[in-house]
Amino acid sequence: MYQVITQRVADWLSGLGRVGHFVSDTVSSARDTRIWPGLTVVQMRRIGVNSLPIGLFISAFTGVVLALQSSYTFTGAVPLYFVGTLVGKTVMLELAPVLTGLALSGRVGANIAAELGTMRVTEQVDALETLAYNPFSYLVLPRVLAATVMFPVVVAAAMAVGVASGWITAINLLDLSTVEFVKGLQIFYNFKDIWFGLVKAVSFGFAVALIGCVKGLSVRGGAEGVGRAATEAVVLSAEVILVLDAFWAVVLL
Amino acid sequence: MIIFRDVHKRFGPKAVLQGFSLEIREGETLAIIGYSGSGKSVALKHIVGLLEPDAGEVEVDGRIVHLLSRPELADLRASIGFVFQFAALLDSLTVRENLMLGLKRRDLPEMEMEERVAESLELVGLTGADDRYPAELSGGMRKRVGIARAIALRPRYILYDEPTTGLDPVTSAVIDRLMVRAREKFGVTGVVVTHDMRSAFTVGDRIAMLYRGAVRRVGTVEEIRQSNDPVVRQFIEGRPEGAADAEDAASGAVA
Ligand SMILES: Nc1ncnc2c1ncn2[C@@H]1O[C@H](COP(=O)(O)OP(=O)(O)OP(=O)(O)O)[C@@H](O)[C@H]1O
Ligand SMILES: [Mg+2]
Repeated sequence: MYQVITQRVADWLSGLGRVGHFVSDTVSSARDTRIWPGLTVVQMRRIGVNSLPIGLFISAFTGVVLALQSSYTFTGAVPLYFVGTLVGKTVMLELAPVLTGLALSGRVGANIAAELGTMRVTEQVDALETLAYNPFSYLVLPRVLAATVMFPVVVAAAMAVGVASGWITAINLLDLSTVEFVKGLQIFYNFKDIWFGLVKAVSFGFAVALIGCVKGLSVRGGAEGVGRAATEAVVLSAEVILVLDAFWAVVLL
Repeated sequence: MIIFRDVHKRFGPKAVLQGFSLEIREGETLAIIGYSGSGKSVALKHIVGLLEPDAGEVEVDGRIVHLLSRPELADLRASIGFVFQFAALLDSLTVRENLMLGLKRRDLPEMEMEERVAESLELVGLTGADDRYPAELSGGMRKRVGIARAIALRPRYILYDEPTTGLDPVTSAVIDRLMVRAREKFGVTGVVVTHDMRSAFTVGDRIAMLYRGAVRRVGTVEEIRQSNDPVVRQFIEGRPEGAADAEDAASGAVA
């Protein structure tokens, strides 16, 4: 038992060490400014286009559910305009960043892991190296940067849509006016609500892309290895997102 | 000048190279022959630092490959063109973009890059395929694009990993002629990994046979042709039975 635990811890630490190496290689590859800026823009477009619909879809429905559930909970006990408060706070602080992050860990993380994994097993990564390209500046840095920048953009849009759909639900399905909803929204509103959500989104974007790259580039074997890497990337990034979520709550709230 | 000195390389329990020593001289084309799985591709990858030896060293132009820093390695790689066994074209890029990729690292004027792309594609008989993606090409065409990508760089060395395997006889002959021309026209030093004996005899100045992780015989084409080493004879004559047990040889060497 004791041995199993120490083995686990050792594995975990060596994994962490590898990721540390990976990050420092990525950072030092930033020196080659002729390679990554253009590719980063391409990746930003890709990640944005891939992620925006799913982020908005999720938050639209979340807004509806939050409005209805909070009114159900509050009716008879708390003034109904608190629906606005609850929708706003929950969407901005937690649900827009985390649900979007989890959805994107599937979409973006798996995509990166599968793409880089395929490039690894078909020797495209080796080919890049022999053509005197550093795979970190050609493949990793653009993806990590793009995700780090684009996740908060998507999450910001998700926040707006989530609140808007909560508001539309409140005025149509609940006995609430726009004035009351906005009053509830403003009453405990704190600028921190938004940037807290966005800081989380930044860290999620970084983690998801980084995990996708690490898993993708370390693929061994063929199609099976690529499939495994994609799955592992999704599972690990989902876990890391939840851990980071708790971490930020402890540190920033 | 490329020198392998007593290179050992294993993957897990499997010893692939076991004391591989070989010298590739300036300006020559050396053909490396050997059974499938004997470690020819592995040997080639040591030259560009894609693999590092467990023991021994590979020297290129006086530099020990596995000791180079990243920038030094990039520098070395810029003088070497590598033709991958399965082409290894970037599949998100068109044929033209694949060729441009290496050229862009050379600070060449735009005009010159365009010229080289056109010229290299013509050499491999693929003029007009510029805007196609690798997925739209046949295996043989991909291979030729891989060769074009290497020669467009006009490197001092070109390493060809089975450039003619899987091509029809005529295209193979075209590729063989191309490799000969690359040497004559640009003075390229070449290493050609192949199990096509006809190709080895045509393009090679010398031939080395890799067997059980080491060089079994190396010599001029004539010397190899005349060799009475039973293992070499069996290989070049393609006989199923003989001194070398193909199964055993193919599994690289004893684990
Ligand atoms: N990255 C790797 N990881 C593990 N094993 C490897 C790796 N690369 C090569 N090998 C093993 O090393 C041995 C030699 O492989 P290599 O590709 O060099 O053979 P080869 O001589 O080029 O064969 P072929 O003519 O079929 O291309 C094989 O048994 C292969 O399984
Ligand atoms: Mg091979």
